[in-house]
Amino acid sequence: MMLLEAKHISKIFQSGGLLEKGQEKLAVNDVSFQLKAGETLAIVGESGSGKSTVARLVMRLIEASYGEIFWQGQDVTTMSPRQLRQHRHHIQMVFQDPFASLNPRMRIWESVAEGLRVHAAELNNAQRREKVAEMLERCGLSASTMQRYPHQFSGGQRQRIGIARALMVEPKVLVLDEPVSALDVSVQAQILNLLADIQAQMGVAYLFISHDLSVVRHIADRVLVMFQGNVVEEGLAAAVFSNPQHTYTQELLAARPIAHPSERKDVV
Amino acid sequence: MLEIKGLSLAIESKEAAIIAVQDVSLTIAAGRVVGLVGESGCGKTLTAQSILRLGEYQGIERVHGDILWHGESVFDMSDTRLRKMRGGQVAMIFQEPMTALNPVFSIGSQMLEVIRLHLGLSKVKAKEHAIQYLNDVGLDEGEQLLKQYPDALSGGMRQRVLIAMAMSLHPEYIIADEPTTALDVSVQKRIIALLRKLQQEKNLGMLLVTHDFGLVAEMCDDVVVMYAGEMVESGSVLDIFDHPAHPYTQALMGCRPEMVKDGEALTVIEGQVPAPGQWPKGCHFSPRCARASDACQESPIAMDAWQHGEHQARCIHVQEQA
Ligand SMILES: Nc1ncnc2c1ncn2[C@@H]1O[C@H](COP(=O)(O)OP(=O)(O)OP(=O)(O)O)[C@@H](O)[C@H]1O
Ligand SMILES: Nc1ncnc2c1ncn2[C@@H]1O[C@H](COP(=O)(O)OP(=O)(O)O)[C@@H](O)[C@H]1O
Ligand code: SF4
Ligand SMILES: [Mg+2]
Ligand SMILES: [Mg+2]
Repeated sequence: MMLLEAKHISKIFQSGGLLEKGQEKLAVNDVSFQLKAGETLAIVGESGSGKSTVARLVMRLIEASYGEIFWQGQDVTTMSPRQLRQHRHHIQMVFQDPFASLNPRMRIWESVAEGLRVHAAELNNAQRREKVAEMLERCGLSASTMQRYPHQFSGGQRQRIGIARALMVEPKVLVLDEPVSALDVSVQAQILNLLADIQAQMGVAYLFISHDLSVVRHIADRVLVMFQGNVVEEGLAAAVFSNPQHTYTQELLAARPIAHPSERKDVV
Repeated sequence: MLEIKGLSLAIESKEAAIIAVQDVSLTIAAGRVVGLVGESGCGKTLTAQSILRLGEYQGIERVHGDILWHGESVFDMSDTRLRKMRGGQVAMIFQEPMTALNPVFSIGSQMLEVIRLHLGLSKVKAKEHAIQYLNDVGLDEGEQLLKQYPDALSGGMRQRVLIAMAMSLHPEYIIADEPTTALDVSVQKRIIALLRKLQQEKNLGMLLVTHDFGLVAEMCDDVVVMYAGEMVESGSVLDIFDHPAHPYTQALMGCRPEMVKDGEALTVIEGQVPAPGQWPKGCHFSPRCARASDACQESPIAMDAWQHGEHQARCIHVQEQA
């Protein structure tokens, strides 16, 4: 089933960043893609290529300059505020730095339970706690830690909290912007396995943004390659990785870190 | 020559001093690149920072051992001598680029000041010099960039500015703490090529702190693996890649996504690194080690418990991998 469809979306920033007054920046140019239930679509590309901007557009954190975004056939850009609130439950976001997205003064169970207030308003406090405990355990955190504050957790644990929080409202899509880039290889492996388990159990679809090609190759069904705001290649992950068509994709693959010292090329 | 000898560091607080790094020894000769590898929280940054005595400002005390820079103990150095070493002879590239750049000064004023101070160049020459090094790290708009303030730059750009700044001072040694972790692959490749080129041309000694085995494969001659404050394995880069001996090293290498076939779950190391003060009595890795026996948990394991030439592992049940 088609969940999410972006049709020819573009984003022009007017000012801010390194832009001079009156300058414009075409950050995303005519991007289209579809996301089906339960699948993982990865967006790869170098820094500044527009990946995060696509994520923000999909979440409607910013408005598209052109184009439409459809949720199960309905145009998101014309939704009423009420419909939009409903819609926001279906699609949740996980950030690279989960610390920044957790309120430092809230116990983590409160942060994780936040979405339930609207999504499941009929639950009482005890029932909410129970649901949070269940979700934390599912994400590999002991429920006994739920009274703690964010700073008392490691980076990997905070990322688990971020995932638990996003999953609380039973979304159909998770938008993950560089969710493992800040983590050790060992913690990264734990989180990637967790994401795979959750997808198998709950059927959530992932829009997965990353610049780490070995991670993408491992997790993605399909891949979208972005370069300077444009999609330059799209296809099944296996095909894109084994037989890249666009020069930029080929360059990106060639830039992958080597796996063994014997692959070193001498530079001097 | 840079030598760390039996170094132990403690985190001082009002109540207690807790050992955070224990008995670390390593030698970096001119022209050699030594990798310091391990999960976060293992003591890599503390060890690296102690070379320039930077821990002192954060309540980190040396409790044992020494660090020798060309035979001279850094702990006995005068302030003047230490400033000279910090300023140019040994350059440091930090893990957190934002903390290393002062937000209230432009990139230009920070870069030009140190260049003029350490290389004695005129204002005009210093600017040319800075722009050249910014160009080398892939920041083409050098002139424009010098006018910017740190928070106008993306994380990747800040990191590159710091690398350019370190390189522009013509150091003898470089200590780089996770220099490419925040960068995407294309920039990473460029930075690695630049670091290797400068390192080889100028015969720099280098301590490279990282958890990225790709970077180790690209850059390092020797590798020291740390776990929970201790060295657990050391050897040549080929020893570590082809015959990892310690179960921790083996597990860490096995976590990489490229190590499994499509559709398979990744190998993980269950649990986490224990914090200083919570290390087990015997082998620090024993609570997470699949091979742990009673003997492992009884008493500390020596670094030379397993030895093969220069290749050592702190483990009493080494099983080499094919
Ligand atoms: N506070 C700011 N003032 C001015 N420009 C900014 C500011 N913050 C970010 N920018 C600019 O906005 C752009 C995007 O920044 P962002 O930090 O999102 O980088 P990014 O594209 O994610 O790159 P990287 O992967 O290198 O971190 C950059 O060109 C950056 O210079
Ligand atoms: N608020 C903004 N104002 C101006 N330019 C922006 C803004 N956000 C992003 N950009 C620009 O849009 C492009 C895409 O940025 P982004 O989506 O953050 O890239 P990434 O793929 O690294 O996540 C970049 O060139 C960036 O400089
Ligand atoms: S000494 Fe024992 S517990 Fe420690 S790594 Fe070796 S086998 Fe594992
Ligand atoms: Mg981004
Ligand atoms: Mg560190």
